[in-house]
Amino acid sequence: MNARTLLVAIVVLLIVIFSSAYTVSEIEQVFITQFGRPVGDPINANPAHNEAGLHFKVPFIQQVNRIEKRILEWNGPAVDIPTSDKLYISVDSFARWRIADPIVYYKGLHDEASALSRLNNIIGGETKNFIAAHNLIEVVRSQKNRKTVRDETLVDANSTIGVLPPIEFGRSKLEQDILAASQPKVAPWGIELLDVRFKRINYKAGVIEKIYSRMASERQQIAERFRSEGAGEAAKILGKKDRDLLEIQSGAYRKEQEIKGKADAEATGIYAQAYNSSPSAADFYQFVKTLETYQKSLAKDTTLILTSDSDLFRLFKHMGTPAKPESK
Amino acid sequence: MKPPIFHDIPAPGFPNLRIPAKLILLAPLALLLLITLFSGYFTVNPESVAVVQRFGKFKYIAEPGLHFKLPLGIDSTTTIPIKRQLQLEFGFGTPNATNPYQVGTEPQLERDMVTGDLNAAEVEWILQYSISDPQQYLFHVRNPGPTLRDLTESVMCEIIGDRTIDEVLTIGRAEIEKDCLEKLKTLLERFNMGIAAQQLQLNNVHPPGPVQRSFDEVNRAQQERETLINEANGEYNRIIPKAKGLAAQRVSSAEGFAVQRVNEAEGDVTRFKQLLIQYDKAPAITKQRLYLETMNEVLPKIGPKIILDEDAKQFLPLMNLQPAAASAPTPTR
Repeated sequence: MNARTLLVAIVVLLIVIFSSAYTVSEIEQVFITQFGRPVGDPINANPAHNEAGLHFKVPFIQQVNRIEKRILEWNGPAVDIPTSDKLYISVDSFARWRIADPIVYYKGLHDEASALSRLNNIIGGETKNFIAAHNLIEVVRSQKNRKTVRDETLVDANSTIGVLPPIEFGRSKLEQDILAASQPKVAPWGIELLDVRFKRINYKAGVIEKIYSRMASERQQIAERFRSEGAGEAAKILGKKDRDLLEIQSGAYRKEQEIKGKADAEATGIYAQAYNSSPSAADFYQFVKTLETYQKSLAKDTTLILTSDSDLFRLFKHMGTPAKPESK
Repeated sequence: MKPPIFHDIPAPGFPNLRIPAKLILLAPLALLLLITLFSGYFTVNPESVAVVQRFGKFKYIAEPGLHFKLPLGIDSTTTIPIKRQLQLEFGFGTPNATNPYQVGTEPQLERDMVTGDLNAAEVEWILQYSISDPQQYLFHVRNPGPTLRDLTESVMCEIIGDRTIDEVLTIGRAEIEKDCLEKLKTLLERFNMGIAAQQLQLNNVHPPGPVQRSFDEVNRAQQERETLINEANGEYNRIIPKAKGLAAQRVSSAEGFAVQRVNEAEGDVTRFKQLLIQYDKAPAITKQRLYLETMNEVLPKIGPKIILDEDAKQFLPLMNLQPAAASAPTPTR
């Protein structure tokens, strides 16, 4: 039966084709093993040379092993470390890596879980080493010469406000050091480490209380300063008020006395000129003024004791020619 | 193959259930054809593009609309929503987020930051981004979502680590947003993630709970200072203008007094001169008249009057003057 053999031939051919053809995606690199032994160069492993697409192998005896090609992330657990200035912090870092040699990687680690656990040990260890060897500020800060913007109202109160402690290395240098120290340690596993970065830095309990109390006292100090400034300014203004008040009042008094004095002097001059114009004028003035004084000074509550020889009552005892009336 | 004869005779009352040999061959072919037809096209919605791979190899990017492709898994497509604005939230989370990575797993830890002056601050922020290069986005980095989260967090941590607490809380916010976005853009470019960071916005930024009160107290003290100064100025303004007015009043009334004093003097003098003219004509009689007139006027006004004889002068010391008057007596000759 010709048709039947043809059908069988087609089926066999299809099986051979399906067992020898395989696809390589953009996101994977592939190596072929023959009875478990790697054969030939890995495919699509070189990032510069894209070999994705349809490929063929020897059917049945060769096997396709697919390995991730994209950049992978390592996001290990946070490590708790004291810095060299004995501040306990928790540093959470992450790294990017790729599988540079799929065969070595496959032989040594077999899967991603074991790769990640190696990375945990290596990067975690190096992070601990480098952070423990530096002060906290080197982990936190990065730019050496950054000029801070300072709140002038606060600077007056505390000159250390708005100043960043100086650094020698800085965060990116530490990250680079950790990367450089880890890279050779992961290379034997076929792993290329691309970068290591600190994601999170947190104070541990115990340290955070100290930080809080320092922050609180720093602010309290500023608050005290503001209050005292307010009281001082107010006192200044009140002092100026007192000064101005006394100046105004005394100035008015002075002017008042000047004006009055001048007027008195003028009046005195006028009187003196008139009363001194002749001896009789002086005499008359004295007489008139005395009488005026009597009028003004003698009142209802005055007890008057007169002797009978006074000018007024002279006539009481003796009638005669009236004496010339004269008062002292 | 020839079927057994008895199968050729249908049982009475039963239809012929036998499927023709041709149909057995045709059925899988028809099925294959159907599958081919249905896997031979795809549609792309307006906010997305589709990345088409043939045997795993990148072929082209399909714009929104209806497209044909090689069937049976030869061409595969992945839809990427490039026009959608995506958002990541750090330190807090809006519920019902559509983006699986929008909210972090540990918002409390994300929020806690160490500032450059080794103080602590709580920072919440938002990153808005979109997928700019679907090919890079798919093929270059695995899980770009979490990677972007981690990158953004590390950049923010770095930027905050170079700022003072006051810059973080108040005066440096805009600069932090700007620097952070710039730095993130550089990193995304360097790692070819196919992501464009568009906007980074600080949300709530405040001092940690236990020190919040101290920070509030600074604000309060600032207000108190202003209040004290204002009150003092108020006191000044209440007193001084009034004092100035009173001073002007005193000067004016002194001036009035001066005019009065001079006028009165002139008046007195004029009157005196007139009298003097008459006095000079008859001094003695004028004096007497004036004396008696005055006495006439004065004496009735005076209270108790005692007239002593010259010979009884010794009586005076014995006299009880007290009930006579409340004030001291005024002896007159």
